[in-house]
Parts: sequence; structure tokens; C-alpha cells
Amino acid sequence: MSQTVIKVESLGKSYLLRHQQGAAYSTFRESLTEVFRRKEGGSSLETFWALKDVSFDVKQGDRIGIIGRNGAGKSTLLKMLSRIVVPTKGRITIDGRVASLLEVGTGFHPELSGRENIFLNGAILGMSRNEIRSKFDEIVAFAEVDKFLDTPVKRYSSGMYVRLAFAVAAHLEPEILIVDEVLAVGDAEFQKKCLGKMKDVSGQGRTVLFVSHNMAAIQNLCDTAIFLQQGQIQMSGEAPKVVAAYLRSASESAAINIADRTDRSGNQVLKFQSVALQDESGKALTSFQCGKKVVMSIRFKNNSGSPLRNLNIAVGIDDEYGQRVGFMSNDLTDQVFNAEPAQERVEISIPKFPFRQGIYTFSLYAKVNGEVADWVREAGTIDVEAGDFYGTGKLPPDGQGQFLFDHSFSIK
Amino acid sequence: MSKNRIVIEPGTTAGNYWKDLWTYRGLFYFLAWRDILVRYKQTFVGIAWSVLRPLLAIAAFSFIGWMFETNAQGTPRVLLVAAAVLPWQFFSSAFSEMSNSLIANANLVSKIYFPRLIVPASTVIVCLVDFFISLLIIVALMIAYGHPISINILFFPLFLALAVVAASGIGIYMAALNVKYRDFKYVVPFLIQLGYFISPLMYSSQDIYGNARIPEWLQYLYSLNPMVGIIDGFRWSLLGNNMIIHWTPFCISVGISFLFVIIGVVYFRKMEKQFADVI
Repeated sequence: MSQTVIKVESLGKSYLLRHQQGAAYSTFRESLTEVFRRKEGGSSLETFWALKDVSFDVKQGDRIGIIGRNGAGKSTLLKMLSRIVVPTKGRITIDGRVASLLEVGTGFHPELSGRENIFLNGAILGMSRNEIRSKFDEIVAFAEVDKFLDTPVKRYSSGMYVRLAFAVAAHLEPEILIVDEVLAVGDAEFQKKCLGKMKDVSGQGRTVLFVSHNMAAIQNLCDTAIFLQQGQIQMSGEAPKVVAAYLRSASESAAINIADRTDRSGNQVLKFQSVALQDESGKALTSFQCGKKVVMSIRFKNNSGSPLRNLNIAVGIDDEYGQRVGFMSNDLTDQVFNAEPAQERVEISIPKFPFRQGIYTFSLYAKVNGEVADWVREAGTIDVEAGDFYGTGKLPPDGQGQFLFDHSFSIK
Repeated sequence: MSKNRIVIEPGTTAGNYWKDLWTYRGLFYFLAWRDILVRYKQTFVGIAWSVLRPLLAIAAFSFIGWMFETNAQGTPRVLLVAAAVLPWQFFSSAFSEMSNSLIANANLVSKIYFPRLIVPASTVIVCLVDFFISLLIIVALMIAYGHPISINILFFPLFLALAVVAASGIGIYMAALNVKYRDFKYVVPFLIQLGYFISPLMYSSQDIYGNARIPEWLQYLYSLNPMVGIIDGFRWSLLGNNMIIHWTPFCISVGISFLFVIIGVVYFRKMEKQFADVI
């Protein structure tokens, strides 16, 4: 049966946070003054656990995805597994040759040619010279750079650079491969090729640990997954289940919390709590494309204990220069309602979001029975990406207006 | 399977560190190769630079030595200065480049595991190549002056090895310090500048040891500079028996060099685990 190749036991990593300076390194002068400052009491150091009490086993041939939001401790975990940083607590036991790919093109030197960089990068990733030589042609073919082998890589396009860097890494043949987010580079076609290559690698019975924000790639590549949150394992198990749990938690946190804002006006019989932007299926979004259907879901709190009569809610949208570009109100649509105490959410549906690519801010406004109840300016932002509004794949040229609207032409 | 077992724990000083160093010799070779390639990529400028710098220094120091009538020990002054400037420039460039090596390779240190000693060690190789190129100067000068080569030349590699040891010890120490305390990068140029005056470049050790005005304790203080013994050795092996090696100070130089290697490596190993966190 397959044996355990990586055993992680109550692993922890802490950093000392310096509250004044951002940099981890210090100057000798500071250290000297620190000595005196400490004597006066009030040291400004705080321990921060980037990873805390993490344990798991990896069996030979396992393909494990590690997911979590930024700062959840994924990279710290990989760095410890790769022996780059030393844990503060716990223990890792690894059986087998490990190669880690935390960044594509580590050690690439811009002045050196493609050929030279292949050898250099190979050596850095732990390949012997003979190994590189025997795979050289394969690497060059994979990267599709054969014409530019003797050109310094500083003259490469960024696409070529990334292709070459990944090609070298993809031809590593370790027993255990640790990969951090390298698939987030290159064009879609090349990404597909990389995924294929990664699948091949893991198909050969190698153990793969894979960090990515690309959930499709995780589900495609990995059997099991570990979901890290704030340095601890939130969940681990079959990849689809863990990915679903991660997505759920991600969408909860994508809502913009405005309950604690104090810069608001109104009599507060109604108080806005949070706003989430959702797609058609109710999934929360951090950004979306123009032309897509967007639902703005606004949570509020009824502080009066009785129904809210003539509830009028309005949303104003400003562009990045603070110019009001749009306004929505249930007064305009003749949908002013009375809200029962149990009701706590308003949904505004925008069938085709009309604004062009950019960052917009919105303000929320509520009137109950003719009196201003709550008014939060710049309650949140809307991140809009370019999208196929007309379904034709075409967009107006830049400088031709800020928003898009349906129209049709006919010749008579 | 268990032959490749790795246990990662806090505070473990990897028992197989030196074995690892051997395993990663390929990387050492490639890093040195990279640095050499980059240095000499523009061939003419690269080589011209490694000749021009010492040449200017030789001219300037010869002039100063001549002006102050320092002891030329019956040898053409230019040769005397050249035999000192070449090892000195090797030492100073190796020292300063090693000190800076970890910072310069920060992306490697934070992304890849390998015994970090490889980084400063590989930078010495480039400096050595530079040194061998600059040796052409002294060869040309000796031919021009018709100065004979003595049997002492056989000891030349020994003194070169000593220069490597001296530069490495202090260079490794500074490399580690530089990661932790960034202001040490200002210390290195200062030390090198100081070295120009306290090493026998414009003068010879004869001017110090043979000078009744200089008290004995000051002479010993002078000998604490590891480059004193090494430069004396270079002069002796290149220029022959006219040169005098003072054995007591020489032994002090050698002792200090090796002491620094030990201190440097111990400190480096102690700090090494934090490099990726701090850099």
C-alpha cells in the first residue's frame, strides 16, 4: 500500500511583529537603541502566528491542493516544507526527493541567453547537468522558444519568459513536487498546457502539493484538499467538498460590512448592515463584468420594533472622480414598500450592468415615512471589468463614453 | 526511501549540512558560472576593467611610495607595488562582493532551499578569475623590468590560498551580518578604505618593522591585519629573496585569517535559519 511520505505534526510558525517598522530586517543602529528602549519598558513586539498547530499526512502519489485566502498561511506552509524557513514549533518528516516551485523563473538572469538560463534555472531547481542536458530539447520544444535560444532573456516578451521558466520547472522529476500558484501566469492556452503537464507528472505516481487560487485547477488536479484559514486547517478531505466550503466562506466574506460605520446620518430607525454584490446564482462577487446581471443585496436592521412604513431606499453610484453617474430608487420604480419587522433584506436587480470598466463607489440612502432614516456615503466600491455587453465581442473605443446601453439599427 | 528522509524541526542544526553542501556543489558551480558569464558578457569591458583598475592603483601608489621614499628593498618600486596591489584588490573585491552576496541573491534565498554558504563561496570564484586576469600585469611588468623569477614562486599558490581564506572568513561574517543589519553595507567600504592605508601597499613591512620610531606594540597591532602577512608573502614568492618575510607577524596574520573563518562560519550557520524570514 502507499506509504506516508510527508508527515506534518502540530506545525507552527510565528513571526515577531514590529509595530513601528515594516521591514523584517533592522539596522544595527536600531538594535543598539532598542536595548535602551527596552529598559524603559514598553517593547513594541508582538508575536504573530502565521501557521498554528497544523497536522496532516500525505501518502505517496497523493495530489493535494492547498487553498485559503491571502495570508491564510499557504505560502508559509510551502516554505517550511521546502526547507526555506524553519518552523517555530512541530515537526515535518519527508521521505523522498523534494523539488519546490514557489515562483517561476527563480534565478533567471536577464543578461544570460535562454540556453544559459535553462541550465542555471535547472541547477537551481535541483537538476544535475546531465539531467538538464538530456531534457534540453524537450524543454525548448515545450517553451516554443527555439528561435531565441541565444538571445538574452531580457529581450524576451513576458510570455516567452514565463513559458521558458515553466518549461524548465515542468521537467523536474522529483518524488515530491511542491508548487505555488505558478499556473497563474501566461495566456489561457499555455495555462492549459501547463495543467496538462502537471497532470502527467502526478499521473506518474508522484506526490504533488499544489497551492492555487484557481479552484477549477485544484478540482481538476487534486484528489484531496486542505483549506487553511488564519493559519489553521479549517477543513480537509475530498477536493470538491473542501473547495465548496472554501467558496462558501469566501462569498460570506465578500459582503461589505457597514454596520460599524459611524460616519452616517439619519434617525437610525433603519440601519444598513451590509451590502453584497451577487451574480444570477446568488454567488457573491468581488468584481464582475459589465453587461452581466448583478444583484445588490442590502441587509438592514429595523430598530423601531414595528413595521417600517413607506420604506424608500436609494443607491447612488459615483465614478472614481466622485462624479455621480447613476441613481437607483424604489421611488422611481413605484415599488415603495412597507417592511415587516422580520424582513431585513432588500435586493436590487440590475439586468445588464451598464458601466464600463473601472472602480465605482456607491452611497446608500433610506427614508422611512418621509424622514431620513440612514445615509451612508461611499458605503462600498464596485469593481467592474470589461465585459461583452452587446454579445458581439465588441466594445466602444476608449473615450467613447462611460456607459453602455442597448440599441439597435435598421435601415429604411 | 529512508535514504532521503528529511526531518524539519525548530532549532535542528541539520547534521548533514556538510553533506548537503556537497550535494549542492552543482549549484555552486552554476552560480559561479553565472557570475563569470555576466561579468565578462561584454568581453572587452569586463577584461579591460579587471586590468585597468589595478593598473591605475599601481601607478598612484608607486608615485606616493616614491614621493615619501619608502623602502623599495632594492627592487623596482613598480614591481613592489604591483605584487601588493594585485592580492589586495582580490581581497577587497572578494570581501565586498561576499558581504553583499546574500542580499544580491535575495530572490534565491527566499524561494529555494540550499546551504546558503554556497552564495558567498561562489562569488569568490569570479574574484579569482579577475585576479588571474590581472596577474598579466605583473607578468608584463616583470618582463619589462627583466626581473627574474625565483624558486619562491612555488609557494605562490599557498599565499593565494591564504588570501582566499582571509577574504572568506570576514566576507562570510559580513554577509550574514548584512542580512540582519542593513547598515553594515556602509561599514564594508569604510573597512576597505582603511585597509588601503594599514596594509603595505604604498610602503613595505620593512618600513614598519625596521623603523625605530614605531613602538613594538604598534608593530604588533599592524600585524593583526591579515593582509600584512599575505602581501609580504606575495612579494616574497613573486619577486624573490630580496623580500623579507617576518615570521612572527606572518603567523599572526595566518592565525587571524583562520580565526575569522571559524567565527564567520559559526555565525553564518547560526543566522542561516533566519535568512529567508528576514531578507
